[in-house]
Amino acid sequence: MSRAGRQLAVVGGAVAATALLVGLWIALVAVLAWVPLPSERRDALFELLGPGLPAAVVALLVILGLVAAAMPPIYRRWIAAPARLLEQARVLAAGDTPRELDAQEASADLRGLAQVVSELARQRAQLRGDIAAQVEEASRNVEQERSRLAALMSELTQSVVVCNLDGRVLLYNNRARVQFRSLSLTPALADGAELIGLGRSIYTVFDRQLVAHALENIRQRLERGVANPSTQFVTTTRAGLLLRVQMAPVSSTNAEAGGEPTLSGFVLMLDNITSDFEQESARDRLLHGLIEDSRSSLGNMQAAVEVLDDPELDVSMRERFQHVIHEEVHAMSGRIQTLAAQAAQQMKTRWPLEDMRGTDLVAAAQRRIEAAYGLRAEIGEVDEILWMKVDSFSLLQALAYLAGRLVEEYGIKIVWLRLRPADSRAHLDLVWSGQAISSEAMASWEIDPIRVGSEVGSLSVRDIVQRHGGEFWFERDRARQQAFFRFLLPLTSAQEELNAAAFARHAGRPEYYDFDLFQVTGLSRELDERRLSELSYTVFDTETTGLDPSAGDEIIQLGATRVVNGRLLKAEWFEQLVDPRRPIPEASIPIHGITPEMLIGKPTIDEVLPAFHAFAQDTVLVAHNAAFDMRFLQLKEQTSGVRFEQPVLDTLLLSALMHPNQESHQLEAIAERFGVAITGRHTALGDAMVTAEIFLKLLPLLAERGIHTLGQAREAAQETYYARIKY
Amino acid sequence: MKNKVLIADDEPNILISLEYLMKREGYSVSVARDGAEALDAIRREHPTLVLLDVMMPGKTGFEVCQEVRADDELKDTLILMLTAKGRDTDVAKGVALGADDYITKPFSTKELVQKVRDLLAAKT
Repeated sequence: MSRAGRQLAVVGGAVAATALLVGLWIALVAVLAWVPLPSERRDALFELLGPGLPAAVVALLVILGLVAAAMPPIYRRWIAAPARLLEQARVLAAGDTPRELDAQEASADLRGLAQVVSELARQRAQLRGDIAAQVEEASRNVEQERSRLAALMSELTQSVVVCNLDGRVLLYNNRARVQFRSLSLTPALADGAELIGLGRSIYTVFDRQLVAHALENIRQRLERGVANPSTQFVTTTRAGLLLRVQMAPVSSTNAEAGGEPTLSGFVLMLDNITSDFEQESARDRLLHGLIEDSRSSLGNMQAAVEVLDDPELDVSMRERFQHVIHEEVHAMSGRIQTLAAQAAQQMKTRWPLEDMRGTDLVAAAQRRIEAAYGLRAEIGEVDEILWMKVDSFSLLQALAYLAGRLVEEYGIKIVWLRLRPADSRAHLDLVWSGQAISSEAMASWEIDPIRVGSEVGSLSVRDIVQRHGGEFWFERDRARQQAFFRFLLPLTSAQEELNAAAFARHAGRPEYYDFDLFQVTGLSRELDERRLSELSYTVFDTETTGLDPSAGDEIIQLGATRVVNGRLLKAEWFEQLVDPRRPIPEASIPIHGITPEMLIGKPTIDEVLPAFHAFAQDTVLVAHNAAFDMRFLQLKEQTSGVRFEQPVLDTLLLSALMHPNQESHQLEAIAERFGVAITGRHTALGDAMVTAEIFLKLLPLLAERGIHTLGQAREAAQETYYARIKY
Repeated sequence: MKNKVLIADDEPNILISLEYLMKREGYSVSVARDGAEALDAIRREHPTLVLLDVMMPGKTGFEVCQEVRADDELKDTLILMLTAKGRDTDVAKGVALGADDYITKPFSTKELVQKVRDLLAAKT
């Protein structure tokens, strides 16, 4: 009923009620007054009142009019306003936004009550806001700390891997990535990404028993309250490397358990000690050989010499003993000679040297020299690709010291720094124009303890050069009227250089950590019963020579990326061109952009699939129109020796399930629908990335439809599949 | 009775000195140039004492020592081991396998002669 209608009803009701009350009252009075009277008095009364009757009726009407006129304000004040207030208060209680209650037409008491309610609502909103801000602040701090930790980790030059108690990797740094690459059996194909990745099991690399044993050690130490409960072990890898692994516990303090720290995971720090170990073994062998051979020779000589002291010895015996001595002395000299030659090759400096990019070293030297002495230091010719093996601190000190003496003793105002490769080493030159220094000065500069400013160090330039296993000299370039000091310094070995370069390539900080994996518990549940949001996926795509694998079409490119804990891990990918061992149809080249030349020397599918299989292990496969790609993989089971038995989800079917009324379920169309930016379309990796993003958008939609587990998703997709077949 | 001493070493340059020294002491001396030869000589001649070098081709001194101690007829033979290996682990192994004494090269001839004398004196 409308408000006006209700008001009319209330007014009408009030008037009718008033009329009724007055009528009843009159009737009551009349009955009370009338009944006891004798009949003659009744007539008299009737006559008496009779003329006043019209006036009484008018009076009644006037009263009724007054009642009708008074009702609307009364209605508004006592009935409508409280009802409105009640509604508003209900909205206020249910909602979030505080606002003034409208109590204009209500009575003073009600207005006061409304104000109090408004005030309470305001206070509640403020409290809620405070809590929300605190929560936000706290999660921002946590996020910041995580980022800081991840940034710190990525800068470390030691390999670090953090795992939860199930052995799932939840953080790793760049160095570990590089290291794991060298552990991979197929480093050229999977880039080690099949070994390290968020959510992957560390047990693919290390023996489960070994890790369990180390963990048990740590547990026992924790229980005994040892201050530093970390442990270490040395293990060989499948690729034959020797690794030293330090393991430290990750404890979480559980307040409910009386503050006792409980083990929630572990940190592994890895050192590849293969080459150290080989070098040390060789050194040991050399040393032991030297000792044994020398002992033996010396024994022979000593015995002979002592016999020679015997005065009774005849001439012929004397000659024989002298011959022994000659022979042994000769043998010993020869031995020492060979040893020296061998040792020179192996005798590397024991000082721990760091890998440093040549350009960085020169730039640091420039700053150091200019800051210490205020002379100008310029950078001359520098080979930008050189990686040095240096103790940069002491080397920079030596350079600054030499520049300082040039300033103080020869008044040099400007020097140049130069860095060039020289065979397997580098020349680092400190160059100046004009006067050359005397050889006496050179000699003393080399052996004096270096001092920078007023600080006198304990090392000389010579010590520092020896530390590098290098050399140092002074030269003049008469043609250019220049003189220079030259340091001959070691370069990083080829392999280390590669590592360093790979290290530098990942300059950005990709998703190398996922602390939410700490919460992941045992994987005992069947895959089908596990929630879609907690599974790990390998999203992949193939480019092929054509559409019919049974007619001889082949894969020419395979690309994949990973989705773990609802996050696309863009840094963990697999991409490989494949030699199809057959011609590529001209018509298909514009589609995938892969020309026959690009496939020359690439591995065949039988080599690539095992690497991809390792990359995809323990994950659910996802592809767009997966049936097509799976068919190619299945036809290769025999020759490649690997079967892809994990569950498969198809974004095409899932999309059809979500949006049955859309015409197209092509990758582009879905991407557009979901607002996923398409980059690198029609490369296998590019399409895999797009598919992965679409898949991530599909997950919440599936959840809205009540599809939460892998089993439910597969069942639902199956239904659409049949539905599509029918049409 | 003259004590019989066998010298087993593959290096002629030490054999000559040892032979001279032992003869000067008045022992009857024979020599062997590798492990197998040494074992044959011990079985044949039953020397009272063997100067046994550890590092020999064929059988090492350790093996010879072990076989001698395992043989009831020979087990009383005195064995003085000579070695260029100076580590205490080698000494421990030699003694464990039954050597009566151990001398590390280079050694003083006086010390060697004294050790031989002491061993023989203790036996009689």
